[in-house]
Amino acid sequence: MSQERIDVKKTYKLFINGAFPRSESGRSYPIFRKASKVLLAQPAQASRKDLRDAVRAAREARSKWQSATSYNRSQILYRIAEMMEGRRSQFVEEIMAQTSATKSVAEKEVSESIDLWVWYAGWCDKIGQISGANNPINGPFYNFTSPEPVGVVGVFAEPDFPLLGLVRAMAPALVGGNTVVVLASEKRPLSAITLSEVIATSDVPAGVINILTGLRSELTPWLASHMEVDGLDISGEKSRSAEIRTLATENLKRIADFNTSISPNRILALMDQKTIWHPIGL
Amino acid sequence: MKESSNPFTYAPAPESRELVSIESSYDLFIDGKFIAPKSKKRFPSINPATEEVLSKISLGGKEDLDLAVKSARRAYEKVWSKLPGKERGKYLYRIARLMQERAREFAVLETLDNGKPIRETRDTDIPLAIQHFFYHAGWADKLEYAGHGSNPRAHGVVGQIIPWNFPLLMLAWKVAPALATGNTVVLKPAETTSLTALLFAQVCLDAGLPAGVINIVTGDGTTGASLIAHKGIDKFAFTGSTEVGKAINRALAATGRPVTLELGGKGANIVFEDAAIDQAVEGIVQGIFFNQGHVCCAGSRLLLQENIHDHFIEKLERRIEKIRVGDPMDKNTDLGAINSKEQLQKIVELTQSGEVEGAKAWQPDCALPSRGFWFRPTIFTNVTGAHRIAREEIFGPVLSVLTFRTPQEAIEKANNTPYGLAAGVWSEKGSRILWASRELKAGVIWANTYNKFDAASPFGGYKESGWGREGGRHGLLPYLTQSQTPRVRSGKGARK
Repeated sequence: MSQERIDVKKTYKLFINGAFPRSESGRSYPIFRKASKVLLAQPAQASRKDLRDAVRAAREARSKWQSATSYNRSQILYRIAEMMEGRRSQFVEEIMAQTSATKSVAEKEVSESIDLWVWYAGWCDKIGQISGANNPINGPFYNFTSPEPVGVVGVFAEPDFPLLGLVRAMAPALVGGNTVVVLASEKRPLSAITLSEVIATSDVPAGVINILTGLRSELTPWLASHMEVDGLDISGEKSRSAEIRTLATENLKRIADFNTSISPNRILALMDQKTIWHPIGL
Repeated sequence: MKESSNPFTYAPAPESRELVSIESSYDLFIDGKFIAPKSKKRFPSINPATEEVLSKISLGGKEDLDLAVKSARRAYEKVWSKLPGKERGKYLYRIARLMQERAREFAVLETLDNGKPIRETRDTDIPLAIQHFFYHAGWADKLEYAGHGSNPRAHGVVGQIIPWNFPLLMLAWKVAPALATGNTVVLKPAETTSLTALLFAQVCLDAGLPAGVINIVTGDGTTGASLIAHKGIDKFAFTGSTEVGKAINRALAATGRPVTLELGGKGANIVFEDAAIDQAVEGIVQGIFFNQGHVCCAGSRLLLQENIHDHFIEKLERRIEKIRVGDPMDKNTDLGAINSKEQLQKIVELTQSGEVEGAKAWQPDCALPSRGFWFRPTIFTNVTGAHRIAREEIFGPVLSVLTFRTPQEAIEKANNTPYGLAAGVWSEKGSRILWASRELKAGVIWANTYNKFDAASPFGGYKESGWGREGGRHGLLPYLTQSQTPRVRSGKGARK
């Protein structure tokens, strides 16, 4: 009578405006287990239209995310870390399935990713203090400078580290108050999709984070040239840097391009400084 | 009212031209010497208020730029990068002091060359330019506190292109932070306004600044294009139109070499119903007619709450009738000459489009000089957001007036532009000022004031008005790179 139970497999989908649609194009592409020919999953292959939808969602989510207090944003990003902790084993297994990482290496990547969210979450209500200024003016004026988000940021996740390379790329933009459209690693996209499931349950307002899986060759030109994208973090896409920078010129997108280091300067690269003057007098 | 019958008419009070001596022609300033251009070309620089030729300016070509960049490189490697910050700072302090001593000379020369009133060059341009050198001099030995870590480094040779609207002040905004941070400079002044930059070169010589630390290559757009194309430059900074700024960005994007851009604007000046009206009228006038409206951050769109529109416009017109237009050398003049024939044509073309598209123009009935380039202060009412005069930068004394009903509508209209350089808010309610200042997408917000500048105050744009800041601690950052070892997490490099 006893029969082996058939497990229920996950359909890997896009994450746009808080929902999990398949690509409107109906396309998917195969991801193989490590370097083998064994099929691991068939995530959605996002189209140009999916990208536009994601940008629109990010655009509309700006006011919600920017008007949230920095204390609130900080708690929400911290919540992502909390939710990830509960899914550790799934993240570890996915990293091992997609890469050559051993269990301990994969565990280290997951731990570092969680810790990195905690580190960045804490910056939300501090970045303005280390970067802003009260400027001593030669005259009777109160004058202060504070950083503000540029708006919608296109993020290129790093190709090799499916989870850490994703968090490293997207967290700084979010800390600054930007909303993001993220292109997941093309060959190792599964951790990004699982992370989007975490994000969906972490009180992040819909549209603040949008994650697309698919082919960089298809999506990159449209993300780089989209007139409603205000900035790009291209740290994870070194090989096409020149092409992206050139496509980004039309609306003067701000470009963040860093090595794998983490630094508050990475947050500030996607912020603009605003200076406000007011006269002092009776 | 006829001038003669008005007892409050000012008698002419011309500044003396004898304060300056202008040579009949000028060479380039390269490697600490004035040298004739290899291009052998020179072009006339005129006084836009009289169309008199002031001098012949050298047109720098590719060979000249090669020499300038080589000289800047040599100065960077042999001298400037080896000099401790406190010694670099002393040179900048010296320059500031020498400029103070010759401030009146600079003011007169700037007015003759640019056409802006002597009152503005004397009270604004020159003192602010000097403040920039003095302010940045003090940064030279404190760069570890600038925000790029404990051991920030200069880029090397910086190429800088500046506009004609504030010639010496824009030079100061560019040169002072570049030198304070330890870079050396190749600077190209604007085609129509080179004279104060060349006098500044003399000041650098008098200050004993080592040869090649600053090189000034005068010329036109082709000179600028050659500078941008030059492979020997490590970092660029440009102030000018959004169109040229974008072209520069396109030319440099693929190289990854850093560039700071301070570009155009279409500043909204919002007056709420609770504003102090007389102060606001004064601020609107200052916002758009200062420097003939040749100001990238000019408050060229006036957004009036609907219920105060008629009353406000009436007061504004009465105030504008008192603006004295004419001889820039007269100490009483408020509005001087338009900087060039080309700029005047652009202003005329755009104002004509305003009338064609249905806006209503008003100008005071003031006399204009017979020679030179002039444009009366102009207000357009009945303007909609779709009109060209509400969208495009006119860069002249032309104000477009729009209305709004709610604060939200004001912000929406103010932000409805690809520009984002500056904006103004007029209200007596503190919470409304702070709310509007937060909502406005612009790099500088003037609340109950307008067109104020200071060496310690960061200036620069959002969106297509450019990036990077000039002034203050923030203005140092584009001229420095981080060389400290950052915190690095594991997971570096490629994984197979």
